[in-house]
Amino acid sequence: MAAIVERVEGTACVLRGDDIDTDRIIPARYLRCVTFDGIGQHAFEDDRKQAKGNHALDDARFAGAGILIVGRNFGCGSSREHAPQALMRFGFNAFIGASFAEIFHGNCTALGLPCVTLGERDLTALMDSVELDPAQRVIVDLAARTVSSRAGVMPAAIHDGTRQALLEGSWNATAVLIEAGAAIERTANALPYVAGFEAR
Amino acid sequence: MPAAKSLFDKVWDAHAVRELPDGQTQLFIGLHLIHEVTSPQAFAQLREMDLRVRFPQRTFATVDHIIPTDSQRRPLADSLAEEMLVHLERNCAEHGIQLYLPSSGKQGIVHVIGPELGLTQPGMTIACGDSHTSTHGAFGAIAFGIGTSQVRDVLATQCLALNKPKLRRIEVTGKLAAGVYAKDVILHIIRRLGVNGGVGFAYEYAGPVIDAMSMEERLTVCNMSIEGGARVGYVSPDEIAIDYLRGREFSPKGAAWDRAVAYWRSIASDAGAPCDDRVELAAREIAPTITWGINPGQALGVDEALPLLSQVPDDERAGFAEACEFMGFAPGQKIAGTKIDVAFIGSCTNGRISDLREAARVARGGKVAPGVRALVVPGSQQVAKQAEAEGLHEIFRSAGFQWREAGCSMCLAMNPDKLMGREICASSSNRNFKGRQGSPTGRTLLMSPVMVAAAALAGRVVDVRERL
Repeated sequence: MAAIVERVEGTACVLRGDDIDTDRIIPARYLRCVTFDGIGQHAFEDDRKQAKGNHALDDARFAGAGILIVGRNFGCGSSREHAPQALMRFGFNAFIGASFAEIFHGNCTALGLPCVTLGERDLTALMDSVELDPAQRVIVDLAARTVSSRAGVMPAAIHDGTRQALLEGSWNATAVLIEAGAAIERTANALPYVAGFEAR
Repeated sequence: MPAAKSLFDKVWDAHAVRELPDGQTQLFIGLHLIHEVTSPQAFAQLREMDLRVRFPQRTFATVDHIIPTDSQRRPLADSLAEEMLVHLERNCAEHGIQLYLPSSGKQGIVHVIGPELGLTQPGMTIACGDSHTSTHGAFGAIAFGIGTSQVRDVLATQCLALNKPKLRRIEVTGKLAAGVYAKDVILHIIRRLGVNGGVGFAYEYAGPVIDAMSMEERLTVCNMSIEGGARVGYVSPDEIAIDYLRGREFSPKGAAWDRAVAYWRSIASDAGAPCDDRVELAAREIAPTITWGINPGQALGVDEALPLLSQVPDDERAGFAEACEFMGFAPGQKIAGTKIDVAFIGSCTNGRISDLREAARVARGGKVAPGVRALVVPGSQQVAKQAEAEGLHEIFRSAGFQWREAGCSMCLAMNPDKLMGREICASSSNRNFKGRQGSPTGRTLLMSPVMVAAAALAGRVVDVRERL
């Protein structure tokens, strides 16, 4: 069983912009590795260099933040799990956004990192509030399906199955999938192609 | 009479092992494709958990992302790349997994070799640690791009825990004009529906334009589903898919072939099958399409100009301005005439034999413009062999293109093939993200392989319809 993830609390970092892809989160040259060790230091490396110190991840006000607040379609593009691995190792344990790309979302779940979405108005209010007062605590509460901050208690959406997996500590899917036991082989053997389309 | 069902529902239901306590579905994966980039950590975790690969005979491996295309001689010049390849070899040997190395003559981009070996078949579920796994949907398979933890899940259990997506049917009506290719169709679809329009959906491509496409064209369309936000994209199998599979190495033979064909026909979407959303697009509206920005939805017909800021919806203006600044384009500027530095023909989107044939038609007898670096990278060793048998490599070489060995190459620049500085690349690949082609400030214009070939000769973006 993996750890139960009911709520994540901490200070937050606001990263504005839509359609931020995983090539930007972790450039492909850092995928030349056989472990994820040390990948956190390269999170958003090229964007940060180009921003010359003005990137959210280099903003001293957001230093030590455990929650990343993002825009629409965050994590689109490549399926590289190196992206959430880099963000996790940089220090983020939860993501709040307008929407998340599906593979990125699945990769986060597999690492026990919740991705929750807010309505447009709430997200803007939260971003504004955290930028004004970066020291405030932000709480992602999966049990209550809310995000709380000085901007108020906001309803947060997360897919039921994903939420359940995090709440039950069953997000490390391998252990859960193994429990199916021989049902896996039964399903396989009922598929004509698995038996090479032999006559039955 | 049973209720009409979509291919998606039929295949999903046949592979559902059980409903998980959290409401997700445990789905059996019929074919697992692995490569050197996203598998080493998964094997390491498997070892830590003291588990074996559950279905090694349903798992196939190749090396594509990091392989150099000038020389594949071992050890690879890049020691990090060599280490990844050594890990892949060791993991495959330890677990009894078939690995296609360059020495096999069957190595290539994982999404090119799956279909050409006949591994990819209708009605399968397929997973691979690569977002372009949607490519395999062209055969009527349900194919998922996954991350490394999920690669571990599939290695250990041959299953994934998934939320079932909704289904959107995209019908492309009419007939494509000359000079308009499958690449233009999918770029047009993404432009219309948006880069996040497909989040939460599987895309079923249908209609007369898709029906008339060859398998290789359908592979191009399904390949870029993920660029529209859809993790899965597919086409129902028909005679074109069945003809393609006949005689392939892993295709069923003899009486088994007949049973396979009957099964493949049975899993096609039924007429009137329900879906959650339906979109119709007309072929006559599709021109040779080209991206100008930093995501694949920022695209134009080659004869169009960038919009003015006032024409961009409010919530897209920040992204529009960011893209203009990065690309060095002004609002209202025409895309045709843009000077290019590099031309890249290849990738899992457009690195198959029909792509090379079409590009060679344009390249034949021409000369790459001075100052332009032009690369042709076949998608697999078998594609390269076929192209060489047809003399395509000589056409490209005499026009001044470099003829390379098979791999992902400059699509994502994990090997030595990279843009330098702010170079602009006319590229037949799938992503124009910032830094995608290896230089953090490099710029990518996505287009069809014939448009790339035409741009290489002209030294600037041109409308290929004027040259056919």
